[in-house]
This record gives sequence, structure tokens and C-alpha cells, in this order.
Amino acid sequence: MRDAPFVLDFAALSERDRPLVGGKAASLGALLAAGCPVPPGFALTTAAYRYFLEANGLTGLFRLDHSVGANLDEAAAALSRRVEEAFLAAALPDDLASELAASYARLGQLVGSAAAVVAVRSSAADEDSQTASFAGQHETYLGIQGFEQLARAVRRCWASAYTPRAIAYRVHRGLSLEDAAVGVAVQVLVEPRAAGVLFTLSPRTGDRSLVVIEGSWGMGQAVVAGEVTPDEYVVSKVTLEILRKQVNPKPFRYRRGGPDGSLVREELSPEQASAPCLDDAEVVELAQRARALEKHFGYPIDVEWAITDEPAKGTIYFLQCRPETVWSQKERPAVTLAANNPIMAIAQTLVRPVGNPRS
Amino acid sequence: MSGALRFPSPFEVGTPPGAEGWEQLYPYYLLFSEDRRAEEERRLWFFNGMHFPEAMTPFDIITAEAGYLAIGEMSSRMFCIPPAMGIDFRVLNGYVYISPTPVTDPAQIEQRAAWFQERAGYYYANWRTLYDEWKQKLSAEVERLVAIRFPDLPEVEPAEYVFQRRGYGASMDNLAAYHDLIDSIFRVWQIHMEIVMIGFAAYFTFYDFCKKAFPEISDQQVTRMVGAIDVSMFRPNDELKRLAKVALELGVHDVFLANGSGEQVFAKLRASEAGRRWLAEWEKSADPWFYMNTGDGFQHHHRAWIDDPTPVVSVLADYIQRLQRGENLDRDTASLREERDRITQGYRELLATEEEKQAFDQILALTRDVYYSIEDHKFYVEHWYQSRFWNKVRELGRLFVAGGFFQDVEDIFLLHYTELERALMDLLLGWSIGTVPRGPKYWPGEIARRKRIMEHLRAWAPPPALGVVPEVIGDPAIIMLWGITPERLRAWLSPEEGNVLRGFAAAPGVVEGPARVVLSIEELQEVKDGEILVCSVTEPSWAPVLARVRGMVSDIGGVMSHAAIVAREYRIPAVLGTGVATKRIRTGQLLRVDGDNGVVTILD
Repeated sequence: MRDAPFVLDFAALSERDRPLVGGKAASLGALLAAGCPVPPGFALTTAAYRYFLEANGLTGLFRLDHSVGANLDEAAAALSRRVEEAFLAAALPDDLASELAASYARLGQLVGSAAAVVAVRSSAADEDSQTASFAGQHETYLGIQGFEQLARAVRRCWASAYTPRAIAYRVHRGLSLEDAAVGVAVQVLVEPRAAGVLFTLSPRTGDRSLVVIEGSWGMGQAVVAGEVTPDEYVVSKVTLEILRKQVNPKPFRYRRGGPDGSLVREELSPEQASAPCLDDAEVVELAQRARALEKHFGYPIDVEWAITDEPAKGTIYFLQCRPETVWSQKERPAVTLAANNPIMAIAQTLVRPVGNPRS
Repeated sequence: MSGALRFPSPFEVGTPPGAEGWEQLYPYYLLFSEDRRAEEERRLWFFNGMHFPEAMTPFDIITAEAGYLAIGEMSSRMFCIPPAMGIDFRVLNGYVYISPTPVTDPAQIEQRAAWFQERAGYYYANWRTLYDEWKQKLSAEVERLVAIRFPDLPEVEPAEYVFQRRGYGASMDNLAAYHDLIDSIFRVWQIHMEIVMIGFAAYFTFYDFCKKAFPEISDQQVTRMVGAIDVSMFRPNDELKRLAKVALELGVHDVFLANGSGEQVFAKLRASEAGRRWLAEWEKSADPWFYMNTGDGFQHHHRAWIDDPTPVVSVLADYIQRLQRGENLDRDTASLREERDRITQGYRELLATEEEKQAFDQILALTRDVYYSIEDHKFYVEHWYQSRFWNKVRELGRLFVAGGFFQDVEDIFLLHYTELERALMDLLLGWSIGTVPRGPKYWPGEIARRKRIMEHLRAWAPPPALGVVPEVIGDPAIIMLWGITPERLRAWLSPEEGNVLRGFAAAPGVVEGPARVVLSIEELQEVKDGEILVCSVTEPSWAPVLARVRGMVSDIGGVMSHAAIVAREYRIPAVLGTGVATKRIRTGQLLRVDGDNGVVTILD
């Protein structure tokens, strides 16, 4: 019955494991392998998911019932409800549950807590590929604590492969509904002082000589969801000098610690709101790590990052890394010299320089 | 849209009280006038404080005439820079205002591009050889200049003139010497611009390439890839470092540490054997390197180190003390070169294709060759030649003092060079005829009047620009050398935002420190270690002082200005071209200079 492991530590993963653990977990493994600081965690494999389905007799569940409505939307909504109810009602098989519990306990030991606070994310194999970004299609549960919450979050992640949107997407792409095998990433949830995103090119112009970092106080949700105007730091990828710094007021932050692991929104004093969320050394270190990572992968990336002051001030974590998809797809006109001749190029440039309306 | 944005019209700017009649000090063709008013009011004129920061005496305006004649000749007529004719200029209340002259007709631009390609192309293709020849050409000009003699006017001519049937005497010699002198400076400035204008064109092409490949690349980063390292401008200072070491070896260092004028120090040195040996070492470096002047050679009162060593004595004292503390004064050219190569390699790697990398290599190689001379030439013309030129003018001044025209040799600088020719004729007529020339009656009073006018002109604060702000500034040299862009002009016009001044991010880094506002070269001596130098314009000959300051802020200057280059070399954060720094900042105020973003903040 068991042809593959149910649980794999991030450190054991690489991009090759994408079919087994899904894109998100595989990319976290790849980040670790590239020498990036990643909060500790493990992946539940698609084998664990299949084992759960089979042990609970749920393999025949995924048929669109067109009798409930004429159109796809209604059928998908019905199937989605059916899947979620069934998954949450079904128990994890004992051997899977005990493996999950053991891995979870090991995370607790790492962070010195009986019950580590973790983020639980679905990790689908078709997510986060270089040519298409389906960010947000699957679920993330933050602030999960204790085995009960964990087991529930895992099942909800599995069910998230069958949101009405995901179902519609699979149908449109001609993908089989049964094959929506999904992995789950369980990761220690850091409580950052500041967090945000960064790009190894300029999101404004596609300039690849820059690293652009956006950040705000607390957890990264405020930045990712666009709820605050983050601080922006522009760093030269070549010299690692901070070229521009735009510090904006960031009036609140998200912290973990709400009931059921939800996040708490906390208003900040005007002084803290308008203070820069990173110091220069942190900005440079983020840029330096992003530069190394881009070089490792060989293409421009965007990264979700967080920075904590524990155990040491300015401890950087990369939470997620994806290929940059907007500018990487765009064809920049080749920069050439007229007639491949620098002397002719000089005359041509003087006639039509950049930024001159005559050009 | 920008029509609403304008500086005062040149016709609205009045005469400073006490300077009435200043117009008579300058030639008619350099004045704003009613007969050209329509044309003059259509243009933007900006104060060229970078080259002419002070009110110019009537004679000194010759550097502007020679310079702009040469820029015009080379850009418009010789090499045919496609979009640019020359730079027009006017004198207003003694200050030099300039205005670029774009070519706008596309057909004309295309025609000029073809000429340019052929003509400038010849220079680019042979650049290294041509630049070597250029240096020889300039050395020959200096030799010719030095050889010019203004003979005394004797009671009777030497007998051999008669017996060798020479046929002409001292009046003709002086007349010819005057013409040689004036021809010399005009010719040298043509030779100067021969390489500068097309040199900038090459640099601009590399700049344009970088902007296309990396849309947000800063001017500073581009400059750092082509920055010349072993250029002559650094040599005089290196020679001073050598002499500081020699002073310690010979044990004469105490002479420098006892605060004295250059004259006193040199007198003391002459009194001892060790001192005389040090002076012999000084002589070895003196020609050409100590023809470095304290300004940029555009004005006669910027004396060369060799003529007045006072400023360098304190620099020598500073170097001696640093050597005693065990500091290494040598410029770390290896690490500068390493940094330049690392940055270049970094950008090159980020290019998309092998073709782009090849194109980058090609234009970079050409630009580096050319840019080297752009940096290097400055010493030869603005310092070596100009210092000797002013001294030669003083020799002519002596003739007039002897003839009773002037009380002081320096009075000669209060006459325009064309007036000088007439004064010379007055002097020679009187001498040869044996009558009394008019000069001794006319010039002393006129010179006293002109001195008073000059005083009032010097006290006047010239507005940064005159006329209408254009939508586009097409002339690359104007943008890169002077830092004039439509944005900058608008910033100069906009109301001040609290304690913040904006300018060009000319050299990276952020520092805080007390301000030291320096309005003249004389005040440079007051600068203390760790202060932030605030000045109208900085010159590379100030380098010894820059080694001591923590940051630099100027009214005028772009990322390609020499001040920017020296600041990067010394790794001092610099914000240049703020337009108003010397007016808004007072000595002692705490400043933050953000050389990464081009922002100066007055902290108290």
C-alpha cells in the first residue's frame, strides 16, 4: 500500500519532488538546498493524501453531479461542499496520524514548545510553475497550534483542491478531477518584526540590475494583501548599495495569537508607523540573499520574506520563492549598436537619445 | 504647460546699486540688448557658476570668449554634433549666463549625423594616437606661450638692430607679443574642445546604452564603469605626498608645522642645507605639476601653487602629521580599479544575450579610451596652460606699470583684451613719438572706478537661471556637465520644502556633520576635519581639502563634474547642483548628506 513516504522533512526535498509534495513544499526544499534560511517544517506527501482517501473510501467522491444545476458553477459548488464535509468528517488513518504527530512534535522540540505554532499550506503540483502563477488558489492556515487544529487544517488543505474555482479551473484545462493530488506544507510560523516581499528586478521597469524590497511591520499579510503602503527599498544588485529608500506610514500590523490561530490586527503609534521597518544592514542582507538565490535558480524571482529579532536581532527567513512572471515573460527589445559599430552608434544615439521626445 | 514656469527675464534683473555703468566693462556683443530682446527672451539662460562662479573682471572674460568660441566651432562647424550647435553666452552684472543652441530640423540633424560619423569617426578610430599627439600639441603651445617676451621700451634701441638691419624695434615686438598672447589662448581653447566635445558624445552613447538595458540605472553607476583612475589631475597631489615624505626624511618637517605663509616657509628652507635639498625636490615636481591652481584656471586670481605655495604648505603640514601617525597616504588605485571592474562585470553579467554583451564591451572600450582623456586633459589646459597664461599677462602688465598707466600689475585684469590693444597702442605711440600718452591720465581713475563696480558686482547674488523653463533639454553636455535638467530647474523654482534640498546624487553614502560654507578659495583654509563642505562649486584642485571633509554639497555641478569624480575617488558622499545650498545653509548647522538619493537635510 505504501509506495512513498507520508512525511518528508523540508531538508530532504528538492524541485524533483514536486509531483510527490507539490510545488510549494518542493520550492521550500529548494530554498533550503540553496542555503536560504527557511523556517523549519515538513511536507505531507500526495501519497499521504491518497492513503487518506482510500482508507476512508472517498475515492469515488469526485464526480460533478450535473443534476443539481444546469451550469458548471453550480455543480462545482455542490461538489466542493460535498468534498469539504466528507474530508472533515473522515479521520486520519492511525499510522498516518501518528507519523504526523511525531513530525509535529519534532518541530515543537526545535522551537522549544510543546505545541509549535505553525502555518499549514496546501501545496499543489501544478502551482508556482515558472510560466503560470496561481497564487491564492489554494489555502493557507496560519497560527495553527496543537495536533487537533493541525489535523483539521491538513484536511481542509486537501479539500481546498476542490474549491469551486479550482474545480472550474481543472475542468477548463481538461484535467481529471480524481488526479487533484495535493501535498501539504507544515511550517513553523515565525512571529516577524517586519515582513514583506521582494523582487530581483524592478517591478516598475523590469530593470534587472535592481532588487526591490517592500516591507511593513508584523506579518507579511498586510503587504501581500495590499492593505498598507509598504516601505520600499531599492538596492543595486551589482554593488549592493541602497539606491532609494521610501519610508511610508504603516499604521497597523498583524500578529499571531487570535482565537483558532487567527491573526490579530494591532494599531501602531504614529512614531512606529512612520519608522522604517528595516535597517540598512538588513536591507543589504535581504538583497544579497535574493541575488544569490536568483543566481542559483537562474531566473528572476519574487520572494516572501520575514525578519525576526529572535533568537538574534535581524534573523532573516524566506517564506516563499516563486519565479517572477510579469517581466520575465516580456520580451525586452535587444540593446544593440547601430550596424554593430560603436562609432556609427554614437551618431545615432546623439540623434535619438533615450528620453528625448524625438525618439 | 511649462510656459508658466519661468525665471526672471534678463531684462527684469536690475543693476546692483553702486555698479551702475558695469556694461561698459564688457564688449557690446556679450550684453543682453533691446535689439536682440525677442530672441533672448525666448531662451533659457542659466548661470554657469561651475566655470565662472564669481563676477568676471573685464580681462578674465577672455576665458569665456575663448571657451565658447571653441565649443561652437567644434560642435557646430568642425565635428557637427547632430542635435547641438554651440552654447551661447551673455554677461549680466559680471556673471556668465549660458544657453544651449539645439538643432531641431530633422533633415538637418540627419545631414549633420552623416558628417559627424565621418569626422568624429576618424578621431574615435585613432583616439589613442590622436590623444598622444594632442598632448604634444598642447606642450608645444605652452612652450610658445612661455617664449613670448614683452621687451622694455628703451631710450634707444640696441645698436645691433641697426647694424644687423633688423628693420623694426620694441614697439613692433610688443605689438606682436600681444597678438601672440591673445592668439595663444584662443588657439589653446580650440585644441581643448577638439577632444572634449566628441569625447562627451562617446560617453553619452555608453550612458544611453546602459539606460536602455537598465532603465533605472543611476548616472553615478554609469560613470563608475568608465571612471578614469590614473589621470593627471591626481598627480599634483601625489607629488605633494611625495614631498611630505621627503620632508620627514630630511628632517625639515617642523618648518611646515609652524604656521607660516608659503613665502616664510620657503625662506626658512633656503636657510639650511636640508631645506635646500627639499627645495630641489620641489623643483623636480614643480613644472608642470605645481602649475595646479587653487581654482579652475578661469580667473586670474586663482594663483598656481608654484606662484603662491601658501595653500599647499598647510596641505603639506597635514600630510606630514598623517605620515607621523603612520597613515598610508597613497591612493589605493588597485582597489579603485578592482571596484570599477567588479561593477562593470556585474552589469555585464545581467545583460540578456551574448550579442548585448558584445555591444556593451565595444562601446565601453571606446568610451573608456575617450573618457580617460576627458579627465586627463583638464590638468593640461585649465591648470598648466592657464596658470602660465595669467602670468604672461602679468608680464605685459609690468610694461604698463613702467609706462605709468597702472599702479599695480594686477590692474591689467580690469581691461578687456580689446581695450588692452588700444592701451598698448597709446603706450607705444607715446614712447615712439616721444610725447606723453593719454594712458597715465586716463587709466588710474578708470581703474579705480572699475574696481568699485567689481566690488558691487561680486556682492550680488546671481539668480540660477533666466527666462523660460523648456520641456526638454536636448544637449547631453548640458545635462551631464552642469546637471541642468527640466526637473532640476523646476526644483529650483519650487518653494522650499522645509529643511530639505535636492540635487544630484554625485557620490554615494550618507553622512552627518557640521556645515562649513566656503564662498571663496581663501576661506578654504578654514575647513576643519569632519565638516561638510558647502560651496557654490568645487574644483578638483581642492582635493587636499576634500581628503579632510566628511561630505560635500554644492550649488552647481552634475554627476560628470570634476567635483563629483573627486568625491567618488575620495569616497565622500556628495550632493551637487542643489542651486541654493550656499544661500540656505549656514556654517555650523548640522547636515545630513544623502549621496545615494541626492538629498541634503538641515537637521537644526
